[in-house]
Amino acid sequence: MMRIPPSALIGLFFTALYFGAAIFASWIAPYGMAQIVGDSWEPWSNAHLLGTDSIGRDLLSRMIYGGQTTIFIAAASTVLSFGLGSILGFTAAVSGGWIDQVLSRIIDLMMSIPSLISALVVLSVMPVSIPVLIVVMGILDSTRVFRLSRAVAVDITVMDYVEAARLRGEKLIWIIFREILPNALSPLVAEMGLRFIFAVLFISTLSFLGLGVQPPLADWGGIVKENKEGIVYGIPAALVPAVAIATLAISVNLVADWVLNRTTSLKGGRG
Amino acid sequence: MHPVVKLVAQRLALGVLLLLAASVLIFIGTQILPGDVAQSILGQSATPQSLANLRAELGLDVPAPLRYLHWLWAALHGDLGVALTNGQDIAEAMGKRLGNTLFLAVTAAVIAVPLAILLGLLAVRYQGRWPDRLISTVTLATVSVPEFLLGYIAVYFLSVKFRLFPSLATVYDSMSFGEKLYAISMPVLVLVLVVLGHMMRMTRAAILNVMQSAYVETAELKGLRPFTIIARHAFPNAIAPVVNVVMINLAYLVVGVVVVEVVFVYPGMGQYLVDHVAKRDVPVVQACGLVFAAVYIGLNLIADVVSILANPRLRHPK
Amino acid sequence: MLLEIKGLKIEATAYPPGEAPVDITIVEGVSVSVEAGKVLGLIGESGAGKSTIGLSSMAYGRGGVRITQGQVMLNGRDILKEGTGGLRKLRGREVTYVAQSAAAAFNPAKKLMEQVIETTLHHGLMSKAEAEARAVTLFRRLGLPDPETIGGRYPHQVSGGQLQRVMTVMALCPKPDLVVFDEPTTALDVTTQIEVLAAIKEAIIDTGVAALYITHDLAVVAQVADHILVLQNGARVEYGTTDQIINAPRQAYTKALVSVRSIEHEEKGAAPPVLSVKDITARYRGTDFDVLSNVTVDLPEAQTLAIVGESGSGKSTLARVITGLLPPSGGEITFAGRTLAPDFNNRKRDDLRELQMIYQMADVAMNPRQTVGTIIGRPLDFYFGLRGAEKKQRIQQLLDEIEMGKGFLDRYPAELSGGQKQRVCIARALAAKPKLIICDEVTSALDPLVADGILKLLLNLQKVEKVAYLFITHDLATVKAIADSIAVMYRGRVVRYGPKSEVLTPPFDDYTDLLLSSVPEMKIGWLEDTLAHRTMEAAGN
Repeated sequence: MMRIPPSALIGLFFTALYFGAAIFASWIAPYGMAQIVGDSWEPWSNAHLLGTDSIGRDLLSRMIYGGQTTIFIAAASTVLSFGLGSILGFTAAVSGGWIDQVLSRIIDLMMSIPSLISALVVLSVMPVSIPVLIVVMGILDSTRVFRLSRAVAVDITVMDYVEAARLRGEKLIWIIFREILPNALSPLVAEMGLRFIFAVLFISTLSFLGLGVQPPLADWGGIVKENKEGIVYGIPAALVPAVAIATLAISVNLVADWVLNRTTSLKGGRG
Repeated sequence: MHPVVKLVAQRLALGVLLLLAASVLIFIGTQILPGDVAQSILGQSATPQSLANLRAELGLDVPAPLRYLHWLWAALHGDLGVALTNGQDIAEAMGKRLGNTLFLAVTAAVIAVPLAILLGLLAVRYQGRWPDRLISTVTLATVSVPEFLLGYIAVYFLSVKFRLFPSLATVYDSMSFGEKLYAISMPVLVLVLVVLGHMMRMTRAAILNVMQSAYVETAELKGLRPFTIIARHAFPNAIAPVVNVVMINLAYLVVGVVVVEVVFVYPGMGQYLVDHVAKRDVPVVQACGLVFAAVYIGLNLIADVVSILANPRLRHPK
Repeated sequence: MLLEIKGLKIEATAYPPGEAPVDITIVEGVSVSVEAGKVLGLIGESGAGKSTIGLSSMAYGRGGVRITQGQVMLNGRDILKEGTGGLRKLRGREVTYVAQSAAAAFNPAKKLMEQVIETTLHHGLMSKAEAEARAVTLFRRLGLPDPETIGGRYPHQVSGGQLQRVMTVMALCPKPDLVVFDEPTTALDVTTQIEVLAAIKEAIIDTGVAALYITHDLAVVAQVADHILVLQNGARVEYGTTDQIINAPRQAYTKALVSVRSIEHEEKGAAPPVLSVKDITARYRGTDFDVLSNVTVDLPEAQTLAIVGESGSGKSTLARVITGLLPPSGGEITFAGRTLAPDFNNRKRDDLRELQMIYQMADVAMNPRQTVGTIIGRPLDFYFGLRGAEKKQRIQQLLDEIEMGKGFLDRYPAELSGGQKQRVCIARALAAKPKLIICDEVTSALDPLVADGILKLLLNLQKVEKVAYLFITHDLATVKAIADSIAVMYRGRVVRYGPKSEVLTPPFDDYTDLLLSSVPEMKIGWLEDTLAHRTMEAAGN
C-alpha cells in the first residue's frame, strides 16, 4: 500500500481541479467567453461570482476559458519539449562521441540566450498564433529537458548493467527503453511538472506583454493585461489570475516534489 | 603558464566565441524564418511595389550571410543601425535606457544577494526547524507567481491601498539620486522577490552540500565551535558554488527586468525591446537581443571563472 | 581504566520508501573497556556496528544515529552526560579520530600543516611553533617524505597512503589519551597498507597512546591489537586477547573468520587454450601513455587464470580489451580458435555469448527495475529464443545451480543480500552457456565469509560446466584459493606468469616478492617478521 503524504494529496486535488475545469470549460462556465453581460468592473455578486472585467464580460467565465487556453498551450508545449528534449538527450547520452558533442554544443548555444529574449526575437518576425507559440516555447524549453535527460541517462549508462546489456549484443532501442528509461522515469516525471509550470508562467508572461494569445481569446496573462488599468483605482480584477497561476504552480510543485522524493528514497533505501 | 591562467583564458575565449555564435543565432532568428521582414512589417495587404521598395531599403536583396557580416561589423563599431519605425539611431536611443536598466538591476542585486545568502545561511543553521520551513514556504510562493503579477500585487497593496510608494517608476535626468531610488522602489522590490527565492534555495543547497562533507565531520570531531567550523572549513569551500548560484540568478534578473519594466512603465531596455517587438522593428530587436545575450553570457562567464579560481586543485597543481 | 563502555544501545531511524519511518537498533548490549596505552581491535563484517561503537567513544553519532542506552566512561566520567560544550573540550583533546578516507576527511582548501595543528592550537595545548615542531617530528616518525615541508602542501598534492599517515599525525599531535582508527588502511593497496600499518603501530608504541582499531580484516588487527572484540549484527560475539582470538577462538563465528580463505585447490594440468592474448598494447583515448604494454597470456579451457595487481596495474583494462570495450592499439586475441574483432560491436553473436562477465559491484550490475527472473531470463531469450514454461524451467535450474532455490523469481535486486546479488550475476553469465567468464574483483566488495561461499560456488560450477575463468583481483589469498595459473601485473606489464605452483615459489622478482610478502597473514608478529626480513635483505644487497 502506497502512502501519499497530505501535501501531495492537496497538490493532486488542485491539479486535477484545474485540468478538469479546463477540459469541461464550455459546460462549467456560466457565460460565454466574449459575451458582454454588464458594466465594466462590476463588483462580486451572485450573478457574477468574480465580478466583470474591463469591458463588462463575466470574469469567472473569462478565467475558466482562459485557463483552458493557458493550460492547453502549456501542456502542448511541454509535450513537445519533452518529446524533443528527452529523445535527443537519451540519444546523446547513449551514443556518445560526436553526436553527443554536436547536440550538446547546439544546446549550450541555445541556452546562452535567455528564453524570453529568444522568444521575443523570434516573435518579432513570426505571426503570433497559438501553433507558433507552442512550437517556439516547446523548442526553447526542450533545451532544459535535454540537459536533464542527458545527465540522468549518462548516470545510468555508466552502470555495469547497461554495459552488460551492450556486451550481450542488445540493440540501442532495447538499451534505451528497457535498461535506461525505467530508471530515469521518476526524475523525468518530476521535471515534467516543473517544465509545465514554467510553460504556464512563460505563456502568461508573453500574453501579458501582448505577444502571446491575442484578444478576444481569453488567457490568464491576457486577463491581467486587460484589467491592469483597474489596479490604480483599487479594482483587483487583474489579480485574480495571480491566484490561479500561483495555486496551480504550487500544486504541481508539490506533486513533483513527492514524485522526486519517492525516487531518492528508493535510491537511498537498502531494502 | 600557470594552469589557472590557461583555463581562465580558455573560458574567456570560449565566451567570446559563444557571444559570436549567439549573434548568428539572433540574426537567423530574425531573418531566415518563413515570411520575410518586409512582409511582416507591411502585413498581408501590402502591394508588391511597396514590398519591393522596403526590401531594397532593408537590404534584403543582399544574401543573408553577407548581411550578417555587415550587421556584425557595424555593431562592433558601435553602429547598431536605425530603427525602422522612427528612423532614430538605435545606439543613441539605447544608451540612456541601458543606464536606467543597469541602475534598476544593480540596486536589486545589491539588496537581493546579501539577503539571499543570509537567509540561506539561516535556513542551513536551523535546518528542518521553523525558520527553515518559513523561509522555504515563502520562497516557494514567490517563485510560483510570475514577475508581472508580483508587480501588480505590490502595486495594489503598497501603492493603492497603503499609498507607500509610487505605482509608476518614472525617472528623469533632473532627479536627485535619492529621488530616483524612491521612484524605483517598487520595481526593485519585485525584482528582489523574484530572484530571492531561487537564490536562497540554491545557496541553501550549496552550503548544505558542503556541511555534509567528511571534512566538516573531521572538524566536529576536533571539538571546534560551530562558528569556527562554518567560517574556516565550510565557507572557503562554499564560495565557488555560492558565487555560481549568485551569477546564475543575476542572469535571471536580467530577464526579469524586461517584464518588470513593462509593469512599472520604466524607461529601460526591457520596455524598449517589448515595444519594438510589437511594432516588428527588427533592427531594434536584434540590437536589444544582442545586448541582453552579452550581459547574460558575461555573467555566466564570471561564474565559471570564479569557480576555476576558487578550486584549490587548480590553484595549487601537483 | 581509560575507556569503559557499558551496556551500549545505539539506534537510528530508517525511512523505507512509501512507508512510515521505523527505528532500527544498530548496536545492543555491548560492553568493553580499554586500558591506558593498550590497543583494542574492533572486528566485524559490514553492518556489525563497529564504526558506530568507535564513534560512541567520542559521544558522536553519524547521520542521525542516537545512543539510547548505556554508559561511555572516559577517564572516569560518563561522557554521554556531557553537554555540547563539554564534548567540544574532550573531542580532539582526549580522543581523536582517523577516518577511512583521508582524502575526503581533509579540507581541500587548507594546507596540511594548518589542519594538522588546528586541534592543538584550538585547545590551547601548545604554542604554534611547538605544535609545528611536534608535527614535523611526527611526520618524520611516520616515514613521510620531506617532513620539514610536507605540511605546506594541499591534500590533493600528496598520495593516498601519505595522506592516511598525515591524518594519523593530525590525530596524535594534540597528545590524546585515545585514538580511534576507523579502517585506516582499507582503501590502500597491500604494498602501501603494510607501510602505513607499520607506521601506525610504531607511532602507537612510541607515544604510548591507547587506541581503538576498527577493521574488517582480522589479519590486520592481529598485528596491532592487544585485545580483540568480535562483533556481528551490532552484538558482541567474543572478546579476548589477540592471542586467544587468533589461536584459540571459542565461538563458531570467530573460528570461521580465522579460517577464512583456506580453500584447498589443486592446480590442473596442461590443456589447450580457450583464450590467447598476444602482445596486447592499449591506451585510453586522449592520453599519451600505454596502460597495457605487450601483454601476452594464455588461458587453458575449463581452468582459471588469475590476473593479480594493485590499482593502476592495468588488470581491469585488460578485461576491457578482451571484452572489446576498449579496442587495443596492437596485438591479437584468439578465443575458442577464432580471432576476436577488437571492437565488441563487430563481434559475432556467438563470440559475445561465449564470453561473459561478472562485475565487482553486483549492486550496479543488475537493473534495479528488473526481477531476478527477467535478469536471468533475458540471455536465455536473447541467445536461445527460450520462451514461456521452458524458459521458466531453465531459470529455476540456474537458480538451483547457484544454490538459491525457489522463491526468488519475482524478487527485485534490492531485496537480495550482497552474496545473493553476486550469485544472480553468476547465474546470468551461466545462462549464456559461456566458455569463458571474466570475473572482475567479484569478491572484493563482499564480507570474507560471503566471499568464501562465492569462491566455492565458482569452483564447483567450473567442474560441472567446464567453464574457464579469467579472475581479476588484487587479493592474493583469493588467488591462492582459485587459480590454476597466475599473471602478476605491474604498471601495464606482466612481470611474472606461469602455473600457480611456479609463480608462488621462489626465487621471485622484486615486485612479486614485495606483493606476496605484503599480504597480511593471520599470525601474530607477522608484521615485525616481514619488516625485519625486508631490512635484512636490504642490508644483504
